Amino acid sequence: MAGSGKAINAESAVEFDRRNTDWYVDKAIQAIVFVGGISTIIFVIGIFVFITREGLTFVFDTLDVKEFLTSEYWDPSDEDAPEYGILALIAGTASVTGLAMVVAIPFSLGAAVFIGEFATGKTREFLKVLVELLAAIPSVVWGFIGLSIMNPLIIEWFNVPVGLNVLNAGIILGLMAAPIMTSIAEDALKAVPDRYREAAEAMGATRWQVIYKVVLPAAKNGLLGAVLLGVGRAFGETMAVLMATGHSINIPTSVFDSVRALTATIAAELGETAVGSDHYGALFTIGIFLFLITFIINLLADLVVRGVRKG
Amino acid sequence: MFEASELNLRNKRTESLYRTLFLVMTLLLILPVLLILGTLIVKGASAISWEFLFGYPKDGMTAGGIFPALVGTIWLVSVALLVSVPLGVAAAIYLNEYAGENWFTRIINLAIINLAGVPSIVHALFGVGAFVIFFGFGTSILAASLTLAIMTLPVVIVSTRESLRAVPMAFREACWNMGATRWQTIRRVVLPNAVPGILTGVILEVSRTTGETAPIMFTGAAFFLPFLPESVFDQTMALSLHLFVVSTQVPNVPENLPYGVALVLIGMVLLMNSLSIALRMYLRGKKKW
Repeated sequence: MAGSGKAINAESAVEFDRRNTDWYVDKAIQAIVFVGGISTIIFVIGIFVFITREGLTFVFDTLDVKEFLTSEYWDPSDEDAPEYGILALIAGTASVTGLAMVVAIPFSLGAAVFIGEFATGKTREFLKVLVELLAAIPSVVWGFIGLSIMNPLIIEWFNVPVGLNVLNAGIILGLMAAPIMTSIAEDALKAVPDRYREAAEAMGATRWQVIYKVVLPAAKNGLLGAVLLGVGRAFGETMAVLMATGHSINIPTSVFDSVRALTATIAAELGETAVGSDHYGALFTIGIFLFLITFIINLLADLVVRGVRKG
Repeated sequence: MFEASELNLRNKRTESLYRTLFLVMTLLLILPVLLILGTLIVKGASAISWEFLFGYPKDGMTAGGIFPALVGTIWLVSVALLVSVPLGVAAAIYLNEYAGENWFTRIINLAIINLAGVPSIVHALFGVGAFVIFFGFGTSILAASLTLAIMTLPVVIVSTRESLRAVPMAFREACWNMGATRWQTIRRVVLPNAVPGILTGVILEVSRTTGETAPIMFTGAAFFLPFLPESVFDQTMALSLHLFVVSTQVPNVPENLPYGVALVLIGMVLLMNSLSIALRMYLRGKKKW
């Protein structure tokens, strides 16, 4: 029996070729899904290549990098002496993003701790769903809220002439970024193994002591990652900022000053420019600047979060 | 029996203090938004009528309905899905079923994070530079939808990968042991178990795409068009851009009109997200492993 079995195996091994139709189909599919995977890299490179391509003539012919970054005068539509300084726009974006983070960081991290560590069962499930739904509200709706609900409230409460300012946009952006930061921060807390908590509880620690001494230190990097992604999101937000900041070029000295953001400038002016003009090129150059900054923020967030997984 | 010691009591007090503090923070995060949504509903409800949903804008967009914007949004979202769903599912299958843990996979992951993190207005610039000008599609549904598809690709990839990952490894191993190829295993065992999960991701993407405004402003959406698009090379109105236009660009709009547009838009988005969440919960309850 054993001998004949061996003989059959040896015989069939001669004719056996794995490359039948199924094998070729498998290889073909592997190639197709590989294209899907690599397309993400192609798109990121493509974004950089195409915005650089449109901005290139301006960067080489007209742009004075020092003036671009340090001048606070942005007046590209002046025919005689156009000005291309984005300092005031950077100040606008930075002030709004900064205030948004002041609003969003404590509340989103606090909410994440409550949902992840204190709440249980149905309450936790309900709050999670609610946070997920809040994260889905489109940015143009937030902009509309800033324009038509926050604006009159700010005018009335603080007795100021204009309610479209850093305060308005900061609160709107903060409310907008907070749900996403809450979700990511809660994931970071969830990633802390339960045995850490159990060990601390076995030593007689109360729940708050467990959170403060064990969970938060262990989830530190993940929480930092959540904050960074929130910063990236607030920084790159366009429609809400366009509608709620007041859109006047200004280096703000108080939260009641109107400002203009980098993203909003592109959104407001691109429609009025001729393709290939200096103004057009200048807007794409702002685009390159935005791309690079968000690239760095995302890279940082990724490195920070990965650090915790290795440890 | 044990008496509660001074330490026990103090711990109990700090415990409830912190619990209340974090509860208040959570409520402060959620309640203002619920109040705002309530205001939208109260002020917008009066604008909504049969004529509002199925009529054309009239009198320089200060009256009439939003029908062309609704139809346009459906066009934009459908074409975007045709591109992003196959591409995103393929990418997720590659990442979960074929790719190894190496530097190349890491770069793809980084690319996904970046696609999701690049500002929407930069995606718009890319759409103008690539699809409108370089590929010569002009400002059209095609250009706008391709821009939207690339922007929302990470949503499909991430959710598909999650649902593929949820299929137990033992299922695949059992199938491989029967002599099936990788693709046969994916086609017959992995995908059937993952399809409902992929569907929740697709619904989420529909919701995301519906609300996006900046990427379509310069690539294919128009402020006002008195007719419906007939092919992917036409321009179109879109609901999200329509909200921007009636609330900032048109003078003398009656107050409840933009509220009505906002309410329809947010209603669509929240409805789809709720659907996706409900489907996810139903599946979690049904799962046998």
